[in-house]
Amino acid sequence: MTSAFQIHRSDNVATLLDDAQDRVTLRGESAGEVVLREPVKLGHKVALADIPAGAAVIKFGIPIGTAKAAIPRGAWVHLHNIESGFDERSGSFDVATGVGKDMSYE
Amino acid sequence: MSEVFDRSWTGWLRPDGRKGVRNLVLVIYTVQCAAHVAHAIAAGEKDVQVIGFPGCYDNQYAIRLVLSLARHPNVGAVLSVGLGCEYTQPARIAEAVEKSGRLADSFFIQDEGGTRSSTEKGKAIVRRLRERIHAETPRVPMDFADLILGAECGGSDGTSGLVGNPAVGRLFDRVVDAGGSAICEEIVEMIGLKDVILARAVDDRARAELEAAYSKAEWYCREVRQYSVSPGNFAGGLSTIEEKSMGAFAKSGSRPLQGEIKVGETPPWPGMWVMDSVPDPHFMQFGYTNPNDTEGIMDLISGGSQIVLFITGRGSVIGSPVSPLIKVTGNSRTFRRMEEDMDFDAGRVLAGELTLDAAADELGAMVADVAAGAQSKPEALGHREYFVMYKHQDTPDLERGCRSAA
Repeated sequence: MTSAFQIHRSDNVATLLDDAQDRVTLRGESAGEVVLREPVKLGHKVALADIPAGAAVIKFGIPIGTAKAAIPRGAWVHLHNIESGFDERSGSFDVATGVGKDMSYE
Repeated sequence: MSEVFDRSWTGWLRPDGRKGVRNLVLVIYTVQCAAHVAHAIAAGEKDVQVIGFPGCYDNQYAIRLVLSLARHPNVGAVLSVGLGCEYTQPARIAEAVEKSGRLADSFFIQDEGGTRSSTEKGKAIVRRLRERIHAETPRVPMDFADLILGAECGGSDGTSGLVGNPAVGRLFDRVVDAGGSAICEEIVEMIGLKDVILARAVDDRARAELEAAYSKAEWYCREVRQYSVSPGNFAGGLSTIEEKSMGAFAKSGSRPLQGEIKVGETPPWPGMWVMDSVPDPHFMQFGYTNPNDTEGIMDLISGGSQIVLFITGRGSVIGSPVSPLIKVTGNSRTFRRMEEDMDFDAGRVLAGELTLDAAADELGAMVADVAAGAQSKPEALGHREYFVMYKHQDTPDLERGCRSAA
């Protein structure tokens, strides 16, 4: 089964080491399994706990952003549900490709 | 410490006491109008490389950057070529290079005729310079204590912070322990990590330097509303600049940070250093910090790095002039897909095939091989991308002294 790596013991997300459809085995700072609510790709993050709206998303032991809405355990954590404490622009980008939608090519 | 970091090889001794891992003739053009001729001169010539500045109006930052590459330990001689109308003066570049004890020559294309005659003249000059530096440059023993290594990441994904950058960070710990130096720049990829960075400072002076550089970078990013995170980073699983920053900062390893240097400034003493490449405030705000990976690599080479490590999760096909680039990926899928360009697969650590320590040893052996003359993959493929731009940075404080003058 695909693994997801928890880097720091206080992290509430883990990073996928390959693409996964329905579940991952945890490695690093925790063990066990997480049932995915949706497919998650290599390098992307899965929530290890229920993260309330407005709470910090923790990776490497530091806050990497804030939950825009409640994120349940097993959910894909990315641009659509967390926001940076600095970068105001990237929240509107395409969630799959990361391409900005705010630049005119007219 | 493993015996990898006790290795030595033969390098080239420069008049300023620094040692190079290559012995190159650098052709430098002083305006875009001379770019074609400069490249035609270097075409097909072994150990002859090109950099240049595109603008007709001169810029102090660009001149400092060009001179730091012209007087780099891997460079033995310089030919500077201009068109004839531009502000930046090829003869002044050649003069500064000669003062450093290196061979140099220069000419204006308008004085020589046209494309063909200038190319022929330039080829005759670089061949003569190459012959002389190969015959006259002293060969000396060299080891990790003589090295400055740079690290840049580009095309980062979720594996970069997990294993690609940590593998290079572990290598840098070993190099610093062996008496050598390492430089990270990309201070705009430290956004969100103020406390983490300051906790790594070796003393109060270093902490003050790092705090000032960090604050300027954060101000700069807010002003231009641009953070150093790209569509490819997002597609690779990185969601915010804070997340990317923490992964990027892992390439600095765990040893104390000695302080901050500016572009074109060599670390004044060994250890782990942070380079500030962010523009300083100026009456006309110009220059962009880290507009692309090549610019960052140029900055690291300007700090005297003889070899640069480039960490890419998603893959990249760039190289560098002056100093060889070694490509590291933490993504084994990328390594397999782009093996012709990738030197090192750190993804094997994630697969449980080797430890981070073993990865640092393997990478250290690869660095020693490249230092001894083996070509890295980008080098063998002929990649020599460069990028010199208009920017403003305050002149570095020269009071601190420079190791190169020792």
